[in-house]
Formats: sequence, C-alpha cells, structure tokens
Amino acid sequence: MIRIVDIGMNHETAPVQVRELLSFGKEELDKAARDIQAIKNIRESIVLSTCNRVEILFTTEREKEAKQSIITFLSRVSGIAPDDLKPFLYIYDDQEAIRHLFRVGASLDSMILGEPQILGQVKDAYRIAVDNKSSSVILNRLMHRTFSLAKRIRTETGIAGSAVSISFAAVELAKKIFGELTGKGVLLIGAGEMAELAATYLLNNKAARILVTNRTFARAVDLAEQFQGRAVRFDEIESQLLKVDIVISSTASPEPIISFDQVRRIMKGRRNRPLFFIDIAVPRNVESRVNEIGNVFVYDIDDLKGIIDDNLSKRQAEAVKAERIVDEEVIKFSEWLGTLEVVPTIQELQEKCERIYQGEVRKTLSSLKDLTPYERKGVETMAKSIAKKLLNDPILFLKRKSARDSRDLYLDIARQLFNLDDEKKKRRK
Amino acid sequence: MDIVFFRLTLSLYFVATAGFLYFIIRRRKKVGLWSHRILLLGFALHTMFLLLGYYRLGAVPALSFKSSLAFFSWAIVAAYIIFQAKFRIMVLGSFVIPLSVVLMILSSTIPITPVTVRPAFKGIWLPLHATTSLLGDGIFVIACIAGIMYLIQERQIKTKRLGAFYSRLPSLNILDSINYHAISYGFLLLTIGMITGSIVAQGAHGTYWRWDPKEVWSLLTWLCYAVLLHQRVAIGWRGRRSALMAIGCFFILIFTFLGVNLLMEGYHSFESLEGNPLP
Repeated sequence: MIRIVDIGMNHETAPVQVRELLSFGKEELDKAARDIQAIKNIRESIVLSTCNRVEILFTTEREKEAKQSIITFLSRVSGIAPDDLKPFLYIYDDQEAIRHLFRVGASLDSMILGEPQILGQVKDAYRIAVDNKSSSVILNRLMHRTFSLAKRIRTETGIAGSAVSISFAAVELAKKIFGELTGKGVLLIGAGEMAELAATYLLNNKAARILVTNRTFARAVDLAEQFQGRAVRFDEIESQLLKVDIVISSTASPEPIISFDQVRRIMKGRRNRPLFFIDIAVPRNVESRVNEIGNVFVYDIDDLKGIIDDNLSKRQAEAVKAERIVDEEVIKFSEWLGTLEVVPTIQELQEKCERIYQGEVRKTLSSLKDLTPYERKGVETMAKSIAKKLLNDPILFLKRKSARDSRDLYLDIARQLFNLDDEKKKRRK
Repeated sequence: MDIVFFRLTLSLYFVATAGFLYFIIRRRKKVGLWSHRILLLGFALHTMFLLLGYYRLGAVPALSFKSSLAFFSWAIVAAYIIFQAKFRIMVLGSFVIPLSVVLMILSSTIPITPVTVRPAFKGIWLPLHATTSLLGDGIFVIACIAGIMYLIQERQIKTKRLGAFYSRLPSLNILDSINYHAISYGFLLLTIGMITGSIVAQGAHGTYWRWDPKEVWSLLTWLCYAVLLHQRVAIGWRGRRSALMAIGCFFILIFTFLGVNLLMEGYHSFESLEGNPLP
C-alpha cells in the first residue's frame, strides 16, 4: 500500500541555527531534490525549502525504510547526527501529511499567518519536482489540490485580507483615501528603512513621482536617485506640500517640523485636496492636531502598529474558517486516494475479462467457418457485451467501497472470487 | 395587469435587497453581481408598470401619493443604475436599494383612489416635469447616501479605528466624486423640473408662480443645492463638509416631497391633484 509521508521542520520546531543548515539555495535545492528521488523506496518526492521551513514530501510503499533514509539524508546534509536532529523534525503520515501540506500552502502554518509568499515557494518546489520527473499521479494531484485550496481560502476567508506590515498598512490607507494612487505625488522627508520601504510600495502602486528632502541636501540627492525622484531643499517643504498628496516623514528632529497652522494654510492653497501624512518618526514630526483639519489624515507609527495588531487578530479569527475548509479538502483527497487503491484490481478484472472473451470468440469462430463477416462481427459483439455486463456490477461495487475502511476486505474477496492473484503469478512465470 | 407588474417588481427588488445585504455582510462578489442583474430585471418591469399606468391614465402616473411613491422608487433605482454604471461601486446598492423597497411597500399599503385627470395634465409638460423632478430627487438620494458612506469611512480613518466598514466601503475620493457628480446632475434635473413645473402651472392655473407651499419649499431645496454646488465649485469645498451639506439638503428635499404634500394645503397637494376640490 502506498503511503504519503511528510518529514520536515519549521520555525516552531527548530531554531534558525538548525534551519539554516538545511536551507537550500536554488541550485542546491535542485540537487537535493534529485538526490532524494534517487533514494531507494521513494516513489515520488517534492522538496520545499524556505527560510522558515524545510519539507520533504514523498510517497512510498515501504514507509519505515524510506523514513529512515530521509532522516539519514537530512543528517548528512546538515551535519547533525540523526538522533540529535530528530527532536527538531516532525513526521506526518497519510491524512496528516495531506493536511500539513494543505495548511502550509494556504499559509496557515506560516510565521505571519496568511503571508502570500509561501504559495509561490510551494509552486517553485513543485516545478522542480516536475522538471526532475519526481512527481507523479499522487503528488501531482496533491499539489494541484493544494494550489486551488490556497486560492479558495484566500478568497473565501479574510486570512490574507488586511495588511500586517507597517508599510502595507500605510499603502492600504492611502488607497482608501485617494482611491487609485496613479498620478499621486509623494514627499519623503528624512530617510530610514521603513520610510523607504513605504515609498517603494507606493511607487509599486503607481504613485507618480517622489520628492526627497533631507537636512543634508547631498543625502537627499542620493536617495532621490535611488527612487528616480527629485531632491528638494529642506526649506522648500511648505511649498512642496501644495503639490504632493502623501508625505512620509522620518527625521530625527526633536521638534515637529510640520505644524497645525502651516497645514491649515496649505489646505486653502490645495483647495482641500486630501493630504495624507505617514509619520514614522519618534518623536513625531507632524503635530498630532494636524489630523483634526478637514481632508487631512495623519498616521503616526503607533497608529499604524495598532492597525496591524488588529489585523493580525482578525486573521487569526479567519484562520478558524480556513481550517474547516482544509478539513473538507483532506477528506475529499483521502477519498480519491482510496479509489486509487481499487484501480489496479479493476484493471486486472477488465484484462481478465478481455482475455476470456477473446479466447472464446476465437474458439467459436474457428468451428463456424461459413459465417459472413457481418455475422462474425455479431458473435464478437455479443461475447464482448456479455463479459462486460457481467463485470459491471462488481466494478461499481468496488468503486463504492473505495472510500470505506472495509475496502481492503472487499478487494481481497474480489481478487479471490475472480482468482486474480494466482493468475498474476502464473503469467509472471 | 398593472398589479402583476407591480408585485413582480416588488418581489424582484426584495430579492435584490436580500442579495445586496448578503453581499455587503459576507462579501461574495457573485452575490452582488446577481443582485444587480435581478435588480435590472425588476427595473425593466417597473418601467413597464409605469408605462402601462401612463397609457391607462392618459397622464403621468404620479398624481396620487400612492403612485408618486412608486415613481420615486423607480427614480432612485434609475439613479443607482446610472451611478453604478459609471463608478462600479456595488456596495452603493446595499444602501440604496433597501430604500426603494421601503417606498414600494409604502406605496402598496395605500389604497387606490380614483383619479380624475384634468385636461391640463395631458400633454408633454407634466410628464417632463414629473420625470425630471423625480429623477433629480433620485439622484439626490445617491448624493445623500454617498455622503453618509463618506462620513462613515472618514470617521473610521480619522479616529484610526478601522472597523467592518473600512474594507467594505470604497475610497473617500470615489465617494466624494459620486457626491459631486450627483449634486451637479441632480441640480440640473431639479432646475429643469422647476421650469417645466411652472409651465404646467401656467397651463392649469394661468400663472407660472403662485407662492404655493410646494413651490416655496422646492425653491428652498433648489437654493440649498445651489449653495452646495457653488461652495464645491468656487470655494473648493470637498469631503466632510460637502457630505454633511448633501445630507442636510436632502432633508429639506424629503420635506418638500412628503411633508408639503401631506401636511400643508395647496394646489400641489395630492387631494387637489386627484381632482378633489380644496376644502
């Protein structure tokens, strides 16, 4: 009987020092995938490696030996003795392996719940397996189910619904204020990792131009080059505020650089076109009262953090729904696996039936020499139909039992009734 | 026959409302799409119902309170369909369509009264007056509802508490843009409605303007929207203020539509429109 097994480790079971020993680069991954497929007793295999997890998914008929070989392989690659490695590993069989893969693909097992990258990584892993021809009937289907399940969970639950990083939350807010960001101007005051990331996301969302300013002008010029924007001088801020729509500030200034009165003045000049301040600086660069002005929106770092905390707990609530969908799909897939078990028996039955009727047709026709071709055809068709119709019910019966626990019993009875195993042996001889 | 069309329309609007509410709660895009299609079908039947009424009566079917409610409901749906086609904001339906269902139900609870059509009500001007005025009112409903949606969304963003509506409602920019377009087109139609109305009055009473309560309140409504439009175009109002004022003007409009007709006496009240003499 074929088993599906998953051996792996993730951010919860293994510290980064251990994970990085087994984290494969692109070419290493290809080689590892081929090495694993070459291991004896492994029928199909897929290797997934990201910075948070390593998963080796395979099918085998000799579960014990295959598991042992995989652990030996992982031990060899990581340089950790098998017994020291085992506490970091989890091993899932059959339904549990299916469920685990589904959960990984749907980002239910990710460090940041619902993060979108993992599905791409699973797809990459599958592509390598396809290239190496190490994935076949079972894993092909399992992977395709994983992809469509992930998509379904993404659309039917809010697990990936709202932003969980500061920069994404800021871009999402900008979209709720301005609608499309096409043609919007961004002013970046000061520099810093988070501010630059937010600026990059805004550019990716089609914001048109970026202006950069800094107390030291040379620094502004450098940064402007990086964003293909324009550097403006620090004392130009007020006049630039008339033209841009989104301001990201992160200077180390101890005093606010943007004041209530200043923005009120500016809004008249802007004819109340909305203005959005993303103030990442601590202490804040924008006076908090600015938020009270109509059509002006100010978000500081704590506001943004508050939003992503809320969003994370929303995702956790949505994950419950997602788990239910996973349960459903695990059952469906297991049922399909069950039908796979009865397929060989059904095929053998059909082969046997074909052998019998062809033999009988030959015998009959050799003794009836005067038949016209049309009549010969009639005899053939009749023999074929009788044989097929006799088999129809047993085959349907086996298919019906394929999802039941009693499947093996009925398979056994069917094989004995039709004497399939003896014949197999005879023909092999 | 008329009643069949009316009931079919009402049931389709009912189904569409249920669909639109489900859509905004569970966010199933397909449900929203189907609700919209069902609504379109209902709207077609509603139009048939009104045309049939026009054919039977020989005058625009808005002479009684009962029929003008059904006509207003039609105008709201028409305005929604136009704005949905332009802005593609399905959630608008979740807010607007329940309203037209309520109007339809109200209309169906009022008993039918026989209407005598005066000769002055035949001809082109009354249908023009009723259609442009009511369509203008329907568009102002959209302006008001976009204003309410704007206030909800703006409040969430300003107070930094992003609740259930944050992801469901469109961006402030789109809501403000709907507000602006609705006020512009609504104002245009209302203006045409008042001009054609005075022509009807001239035909019926021999004078264009009589300072009748309906006329006075219509003028007030018109002025309110005129001020709002002026503030938007000339002063650069937008966002919250404009939304608030669109809601405020709408209250005056509703009073003009309902209050004046039901509470005050004048030649435009339905008693006199229906042909009964004033007490």
